[in-house]
Amino acid sequence: MRKISLLISILILSFNVSARQWKNIRIEVEGLYPPFSKSEPDGTVSGFEIDIAHALCTKMKAKCTLIKIDWDALIPSLLVHKGDAIMASMDITKQRKMKVAFSDKYLQIPASFVALKGTGYKGTNTFMKDKKIGVQRSSTMDLYVSENFPSAIIKRYNSVDEMYLDLKAARLNYILGNYIATKTGLLEKKGGNKFAFVGPKLSNPKWFGEGVGVVVRKGDKDLVIQFNAAIKAIRADGTYKKIQDHYFTFDAYSGKKQ
Amino acid sequence: MNFTIIINEYQLYLTGLWTTLWLVSFSLLLGLCIAIPAGIFKSSKNKFIRLPISAYIYFFRGTPLLIQLFIIYYGSAQSEFLRSSWIWDYLQNAWFCALLAFTLNTGAYTAEIVRGVIAAMPKGEIEAAKAYGMSPLQILRRISLPNSIRRALPAYSNEVIFMIHSSAIAGIITIMDITGAARVVNGRYYAPVEAFSTAAMLYLCLTFTTIFIFKQWEKHLQI
Repeated sequence: MRKISLLISILILSFNVSARQWKNIRIEVEGLYPPFSKSEPDGTVSGFEIDIAHALCTKMKAKCTLIKIDWDALIPSLLVHKGDAIMASMDITKQRKMKVAFSDKYLQIPASFVALKGTGYKGTNTFMKDKKIGVQRSSTMDLYVSENFPSAIIKRYNSVDEMYLDLKAARLNYILGNYIATKTGLLEKKGGNKFAFVGPKLSNPKWFGEGVGVVVRKGDKDLVIQFNAAIKAIRADGTYKKIQDHYFTFDAYSGKKQ
Repeated sequence: MNFTIIINEYQLYLTGLWTTLWLVSFSLLLGLCIAIPAGIFKSSKNKFIRLPISAYIYFFRGTPLLIQLFIIYYGSAQSEFLRSSWIWDYLQNAWFCALLAFTLNTGAYTAEIVRGVIAAMPKGEIEAAKAYGMSPLQILRRISLPNSIRRALPAYSNEVIFMIHSSAIAGIITIMDITGAARVVNGRYYAPVEAFSTAAMLYLCLTFTTIFIFKQWEKHLQI
């Protein structure tokens, strides 16, 4: 009898573990990527992804803490348990999937080159030879440029702000960045009117992944399930659209015009 | 731990090692060219020579190298005047900004070493040389120079090692030195331990080679 009760309690316990509901989630954000995630003067973060994060947490009935971490350090910090999830415009790619797990996508924005107005552009390695291209280090754009234009001079930056500074200083011929982030952070800012998008919008999943998902550790399958359900819920009840319309005039979920 | 990724990316590290090597060697060499006259004239009696040199040494020893690098790299880009002048051909390159910052920095520190060595020159040796009837040039070549170098070497070897280590900040302005390579590898594979311990090993090799060379040199001078 005792053995059976022990067995039952173990079963209940293991059931509890497998369906563990996360109540406290520490979400890593970057805070240097307007309009998705930017830092306010008082030290808090705001932006599209931050609002989505809060909406997801409300749906999951979880208490969320946002932690600001440098782009480079996001995944390493996640792996050493400094945070539980990453929401920082991180695209779902094969390379990253080797180290971490992703939720379903909640955002998808194409990438595009930016250069001085009137600069020519051809997406070939010979055309790009010795051209200086700026990208954010270890982003999908970095991967794209590194694999497609090996004869170009690739400059890798910690944050996009430093990259914009160097483009304005004519230290770079091109930058490759997120279409919306470069539009808000560079083209629509002071001194940005000298620059324009060149070439097509890029979104080939081979380099740019399948959209942006929430990143979690591989072991935390339950957290993925929780996030997926919450994403589905805010998509269904209109919360997502409300937040999206506050920031964009297009469909942020597919990256296309509404 | 998975060091196969390092073997896959060894080329990145080799270019990084090469960049660090030439960047540091050139700045040390050019820095020395600044340091020797600056160190000699710092104790000049003429105010107009002494004060600018003191100001230069004071500024570059008084502020962090990182700040100096930022001022030169990002600061120069803000000035319309600089950007329209010929000097911009150089300043627009990250490597030139790093070389300039490192040279001026090590120049200031080494000038202080040179000044200390001159101030501590034993008077008796020079007087003895004069008594033998040597000309000032002969005194410099036979007595003061060898003596000074011998006394300056330990302090200078320290400066060289500090310079190798400080050069790690070059990666911040997009230069692919050893640290820059480690950061790219870390970014690609999310393996900070492997990426940065490889960089540390390379720095260790550089440092130990430097120490070895200076030891041999010191031994050679101790006749």
